[in-house]
Amino acid sequence: MSETIISFRDAVKEFPARGRARRRTKPVRAVDGVTLDIAAGEIFGVIGYSGAGKSTLVRLVNALETTTAGSVVVDGTDLTGLSEARLRPVRAGIGMIFQQFNLLRSRTVAGNVAYPLEVAGWSRADRDARVAELLDFVGLSGKAASYPSALSGGQKQRVGIARALATSPTILLADEATSALDPETTADVLALLQRVNRELGITVVVITHEMEVVRSICHRVAVMERGRVVELGDAYQVFSAPRQPVTRRFVASALRDAPSTAVLDRLRARHPGRIVTVRIDEVAGSSAQVMGVLAERGVAGTIVYGGITEVAERPYGSLTLELVGDDAAVRAALDGLRAVTAVVDHGTAAAPAVEGSDR
Amino acid sequence: MRPDLVPLLWEAFGQTMFMVLITLAVGGFLGLLLGLGLYLSRPGNLLASRGVFAVLNVAVNIVRPVPFLIFLVAIGPLTRAFVGTTIGMEAFTFAMCIMATFVFARLVEQNLVSIDPGVIEAARAMGASPLRIVRTVVVPEALSPLVLGYTFLFVGVLDMSAIAGYLGGGGLGDFAIVYGYRQYDWAVTAIVVVIIIVIVQLVQWLGNSLARRALRR
Repeated sequence: MSETIISFRDAVKEFPARGRARRRTKPVRAVDGVTLDIAAGEIFGVIGYSGAGKSTLVRLVNALETTTAGSVVVDGTDLTGLSEARLRPVRAGIGMIFQQFNLLRSRTVAGNVAYPLEVAGWSRADRDARVAELLDFVGLSGKAASYPSALSGGQKQRVGIARALATSPTILLADEATSALDPETTADVLALLQRVNRELGITVVVITHEMEVVRSICHRVAVMERGRVVELGDAYQVFSAPRQPVTRRFVASALRDAPSTAVLDRLRARHPGRIVTVRIDEVAGSSAQVMGVLAERGVAGTIVYGGITEVAERPYGSLTLELVGDDAAVRAALDGLRAVTAVVDHGTAAAPAVEGSDR
Repeated sequence: MRPDLVPLLWEAFGQTMFMVLITLAVGGFLGLLLGLGLYLSRPGNLLASRGVFAVLNVAVNIVRPVPFLIFLVAIGPLTRAFVGTTIGMEAFTFAMCIMATFVFARLVEQNLVSIDPGVIEAARAMGASPLRIVRTVVVPEALSPLVLGYTFLFVGVLDMSAIAGYLGGGGLGDFAIVYGYRQYDWAVTAIVVVIIIVIVQLVQWLGNSLARRALRR
């Protein structure tokens, strides 16, 4: 992995308790001792349910919030204790996009993209040239004179991205950037973020509660819960072998996992053969291997549930199969499958297996 | 109405315009500043300061509900200190400016509170200073409701000018009372009322169309 561009060391952010009970209640720890390194040039995902502290964590990077304790170092600059005036240039060097886009309604698309350039003191001619270039990059050249109210959600986020990239930042922070978009538009915006990362070499930090986002673009991921990072690593590794319950819930939300008890009952009612669930991933077996084992033992395998998708551009999923053949062959096939991948044997309708989940 | 009253009516109209326009200019400007101060110092906002907000808030709450007639008399000493006298058009215009400042400050604050905090956060994330954010984000984003608030202020100030006129400040209010009400000449009162209605209608129409242009929706 290349050099570190964002580094959290025991970062803590507390907010004073709000409301009438202020004196009696304890302050809220939104970020609770996070130590984390983000490498230059990667797409890093921070996933968690709402209230997990991920939005606060990302705001520590561009100092929209400052740490209560611990430190945050961005691109060699320690943000701890810097004055508001010293933080402004740091912020200007980091792009940010938002769930609600946060475009200025009183300005045109071009005016919005030009805003950070005005802040940075660019001349009008330079601004105009840069704005045209950026709108071309995000595919909105024809909308320069439109007002945000005339744009669709996906177009608004493209303007947001163009604006965030205006001053050629080294880091782009995406705070739930696709959460207000439909699935198709989400895919477009994610593809654009991927281009930003690949073509411009910008480090992208993506905050999301959507597994889909992490699944499709993130190289590495941190799973947050109650202000802490509970799981961290290569996106593929984290999601193919989730250790924490919260991570398992995210995996289950996006990937067709092992069938539930109710699904299993219906499968057994429909299929008299032996029902088994096999894991398909890069580390364990591929579906070709699975089918190869079955063919070798003369067992017919019909896919009755599940699917294969991609995590971090690598295959991942699980298939539930009905195995039909004579008992000895099916037993041999099961042993063969266990040699190549994780297998859950659900037994047959006549003799349901009591084998528990081996996940 | 007696023809010889026409020049007097014109003079009264001019006096009203003098009081109203000066008040709108001074009160509008100071009210905008005070309103911005209220908005910015509000807890959680750009220049959050519990102390400053509390002081400004209490000041506005004290001044604003006082009936203008009483306020005019109550700030007599202050008026004398600044204008040199407590009666006459200049003295009453001074009082109107102060009242208009506090009234408009609250209107401005209420309109600014509705600005999406996300837009301000976005400007902060781009490295903009608070002053720049006020100038390029806060005011432009709330321009439409601010124009409508200013139009509303115009009607309020016209109302104040009539009361000031009654106390000897001159203007249309004074004219309507002296030549209409006291001399049982209902035509004079009616003409003044019509003039006021026409002015208010014109200003409201102007304000609405400017606000619509500023809305961009």
